[in-house]
Amino acid sequence: MNNDAFEPKIVAFLCNWCTYTGADLAGTSRIQYPPNVRIIRLMCSGAVDPTYVLKPLLDGADGVLIGGCHPGDCHYQSGNYKARRRIIALKEILKSAGYDEERVWLRWISASEGQRFAETVTKMTEFLKEKGPNPMRQKWAV
Amino acid sequence: MEPQPRIGVYICHCGVNISAMVDVEQVAEFAATLPSVAVARDYLYMCSDPGQALIRQDIEEHRLNRVVVASCSPRMHEPTFRGAAQQAGLNPYLVEMANIREQCSWVHSDREKATEKAKLLVASAVAKAALLEPLEEREVEVTPGVVVIGGGIAGMVAALDVADAGFPVYLVEKSDHLGGRVADLNRVFPTLEPVTDLLEPLIERVRSHPNVTVFLNAQVAGVEGYVGNFEVAVSGFRVSGSRLNELETSNLKPETHRLNIGSIIVATGYDVFDPHRKPEYGYGQYPNVITSLEMERRLAEGNLAVDGRTPQSVAFIQCVGSRDAQVGNLYCSRVCCMYTAKQAQLVQELLPEARVTVFFIDVRTFGKGGEEFYDEARAKGVRYRRGNISEIIRRGDRVVLLAEDTLLRQPIEFEADLVVLAVGMEPRSDTAALSSLLKLPRSSDGFFLEAHPKLRPVDTAVDGVFLAGCCQGPKDIPDTIAQAKAAASSALIPLIRGAVQVEAATAVVDVEECAGCGTCVEVCPYGAPALDPYLNVSVVNAVLCKGCGACASACPSKAIHLQRFTPEQILAQVDALVE
Repeated sequence: MNNDAFEPKIVAFLCNWCTYTGADLAGTSRIQYPPNVRIIRLMCSGAVDPTYVLKPLLDGADGVLIGGCHPGDCHYQSGNYKARRRIIALKEILKSAGYDEERVWLRWISASEGQRFAETVTKMTEFLKEKGPNPMRQKWAV
Repeated sequence: MEPQPRIGVYICHCGVNISAMVDVEQVAEFAATLPSVAVARDYLYMCSDPGQALIRQDIEEHRLNRVVVASCSPRMHEPTFRGAAQQAGLNPYLVEMANIREQCSWVHSDREKATEKAKLLVASAVAKAALLEPLEEREVEVTPGVVVIGGGIAGMVAALDVADAGFPVYLVEKSDHLGGRVADLNRVFPTLEPVTDLLEPLIERVRSHPNVTVFLNAQVAGVEGYVGNFEVAVSGFRVSGSRLNELETSNLKPETHRLNIGSIIVATGYDVFDPHRKPEYGYGQYPNVITSLEMERRLAEGNLAVDGRTPQSVAFIQCVGSRDAQVGNLYCSRVCCMYTAKQAQLVQELLPEARVTVFFIDVRTFGKGGEEFYDEARAKGVRYRRGNISEIIRRGDRVVLLAEDTLLRQPIEFEADLVVLAVGMEPRSDTAALSSLLKLPRSSDGFFLEAHPKLRPVDTAVDGVFLAGCCQGPKDIPDTIAQAKAAASSALIPLIRGAVQVEAATAVVDVEECAGCGTCVEVCPYGAPALDPYLNVSVVNAVLCKGCGACASACPSKAIHLQRFTPEQILAQVDALVE
């Protein structure tokens, strides 16, 4: 497959208070980024269930981005730490099962970091273009 | 049995904000083909009265039981559309939004791809909407009281308005005195009134007001809670009434005070641009070069001499640290043209023989009485020359300003005995620290960011936190006071109402599935779930639940879920986005 024509699909789970608002700030600041990301709003990154990450990857998404508040800044005190532990464990499991854990990104992006959000999406899109389409696609049925 | 979902989908043009980059008609046609969609329309402004009327009318005519609005961020207009649904008798929590402005049309530049993305976001919202369930609104009581951060003119005016309304105010000032930057000034434009006439009565009122508690040498050390019920930790000296003067002589140790209040007003002001960052002007090297604030003190003393000599030529340089990409400040500081016109007039009056010249890029004397004041300065003999100074060099006891006169298009050398740098305003150096404490976003210029540049200039992204004065951007005294009074009335709204709405979407337990393991009890930071000792299942106290969803993602039996964010709803969104 020609990777130039390949447009990766990224599903993003963003916490309402930091990263979702940061994505809004990228908008109000008109900071451009690739349209490959599709955002799902959650209240907290600590509410990201492992199935939320696995389902898009198995259904054909090329990457999953989880965005939360910086350590210490969680609106719910400690949700982002829960997300960090959970995503690290999930990536270990993916790796040991022979799947590509690098397609899952967890990033701390605050409400004031519109630029950082746009840069993260741009970098992730480029990274996934480099990697090519997700081979996990259609291997399993959920 | 729940009736089948009948969804109405509304695609907003937002004038051209969305429609310029997204083919809204095409998105509406696509939406009409989605499952359970009974009607799909596009409209110029969904948030307008006719836009909302359209939703209400469709709910009745098409018997809609779900509404999806694809427009701006839900952070902007979700309450608007929930209200519209409620007016038509629909539970407001049966409304879902697709963010196709901030997260689509404003951030992409390929119309075809942006349209495709908008379709996916609408499909995702429709998939979620079909699974939404009605929720009940809940309210909690508000702790009456306001913390005002900053004891300058903005903070004092805001504090007095809140105090006059009958609520306790805690005014937190970092330095050892009230008055802020205004206290460094001599006279104000355009009335030439002495600052003390303005400031002293204000300080006196703050000092003597029974509802105001002042903290000096104090700063905010921590902020917890949410609108209506914040707990602010302030470390510093609590002073009130007559003790305000005794601070310096007292041997008090700073203490940490925990203040329970309902709203917060941020009025932390600005930093003055440091002209050392423009080394070409020789500030700090030549005694002839001073800042406008130093000029204020000299004017107050009536002494303009440089090394004992009365200046024959006084030059003012505008826009020092403002409108200057080299130092990273692209904005106009908005007060320098006016205070320079003021200082130039006062200098000309003190030294009628002297030549007083203002070097400017553009003269911006907007505001009430501004243009007349500028005319007055020129009538008094002040000369205005258009030209940006490239360098100041020394010649004997004098200095020479090198510039290009941009009207005559010729280089000029201008000799002066005294040069005044009209230094601009910058975000305070501690803005980042306060920004992270309060979780307040900042704009690209570094000042605190208002919730909307036009419609919500006093609100912030954080409910219950408001901005007043120059912490939001450079402004003059009347604008600062206007914003301070606006911030005070906004901060009073929850206090006067006595209650704020809290999260309706709380966690709920399916007792049939719950094994009573207690994981949710362990992960909840608020102590909302507890195990029922008789049934050995988890029970959620809805008043304590803040709706984060940590328990739901941790529950090994998936017996607890967060309303409005159930796994079924999220996975339906994933399906719609990935297909």
